Amino acid sequence: MKQLISIEINGEVHELAVAPQDSLLHVLREELGLIGTKKGCDTGGCGCCTVQIDGRAVYSCMTYAMSVQGKPVVTIEGITENGQLDPLQQAFIDAGAVQCGYCTCGTIMAARELLATVPDPDESQIRHAIAGNLCRCTGYQKIVDAIKLAAANSA
Amino acid sequence: MSDVQNYLSPHRLDDAVKAMAGGDTTVLCGGTDLSPQTDSGLREYAGTLMNIRRIEGLSGIDLIDGQIRIGALVTVTGIGNSQLLDELAPVLVEAADQFASDQIRNAASLGGNICNASPAGDMIIPLLVLDAVVELSSWRQGTVHTRQVSLDEFFTAPGKTVRQENELLTAVIFDQPAESFVAHFRKSGPRPALEIATVSVGIGGRLENGSLSGVRVAMGAVAPTPLRARSVEATLEGKTLDAETIRAAAVDAGEQATPIDDVRASAWYRRHLVCVFTEEVLNDVLEN
Repeated sequence: MKQLISIEINGEVHELAVAPQDSLLHVLREELGLIGTKKGCDTGGCGCCTVQIDGRAVYSCMTYAMSVQGKPVVTIEGITENGQLDPLQQAFIDAGAVQCGYCTCGTIMAARELLATVPDPDESQIRHAIAGNLCRCTGYQKIVDAIKLAAANSA
Repeated sequence: MSDVQNYLSPHRLDDAVKAMAGGDTTVLCGGTDLSPQTDSGLREYAGTLMNIRRIEGLSGIDLIDGQIRIGALVTVTGIGNSQLLDELAPVLVEAADQFASDQIRNAASLGGNICNASPAGDMIIPLLVLDAVVELSSWRQGTVHTRQVSLDEFFTAPGKTVRQENELLTAVIFDQPAESFVAHFRKSGPRPALEIATVSVGIGGRLENGSLSGVRVAMGAVAPTPLRARSVEATLEGKTLDAETIRAAAVDAGEQATPIDDVRASAWYRRHLVCVFTEEVLNDVLEN
């Protein structure tokens, strides 16, 4: 049984019909075509589907779409402003932190919460913050380098 | 998958417990257990899905008349960031820091971790060490009725508790620990983040002149429910925490554990880890 809800994603309000058990990930990808948010394990174990709600990183695969009414959601598509890449996006390019790319969007969204709360994180803080994001290429060193670079470039 | 007929998101506790009075309600908060359990078919949705996240008054961490009260909706991140808990019950902050990943800590609620009743529940072990009680609320005779159940008596089997279908866990309460109270927690798993504990151990007590009193020992993932190990507590009570006492407690802890073989570890390995962790946590307690 679907219900009509209104949710705010990347500053834009969408009205759409969702079933109470639909995940936010499903709504983002299948209803709104926002496919930057990836579907990996779909059970809260890989981090590909990370988005921000009220500024906090969460797994959209285990977030109920109904529950985000009135709470601003930011996805990877929403962090580029006026065509200008987010410092994290640019740093991932510059540091070569992308291999297959499947984990990249989720990892950037997790790192985004870190940099908002800890502008100059040390390596252990970075590794702790992205511990919930798996890179199947195991390219963690360059991911850590990219987050350090983004922090330095934002300082 | 059964189809949910109705979605509720009450702002008031009385509305929530009224809705639960008839049964047939699935409670949603962070969704980090509910979502994978329903997706995999382990659990079915009831006719009504009720999101309790927006109920007012259940999101605080307060010290009231010598008791610490944590609302059921407080997230694990909220516990990890609480200055009050860091000062008065740091073992909870220590456990919160080892809980899953940032993304799950940001969503998962304390009440949910307890009601999920996993023998490995990471917040349950330190709360047993703090001798916490849970507050259960229900709608009865036109008003919100509450009762308290000792956490030690709350769990009956994996995933099962004494909570009735019409009851909502609304808070966790424990006495402010004495100034000399020291407690620590340790869990294991091959991956630090997102790991369901292979074994976890929490130990606390009043540390005075190198000996512990009022000792509480809790162990996770070694029995059908989170376990208070009373015989280990008796082994430690009032004794000087020397190598011999610590060794005796570790051996006893291994004997109290009744773990299973599963995909995460063999029973033999779990029993071994319980001994090692008991020793390590006691050394942490001694060093404070």
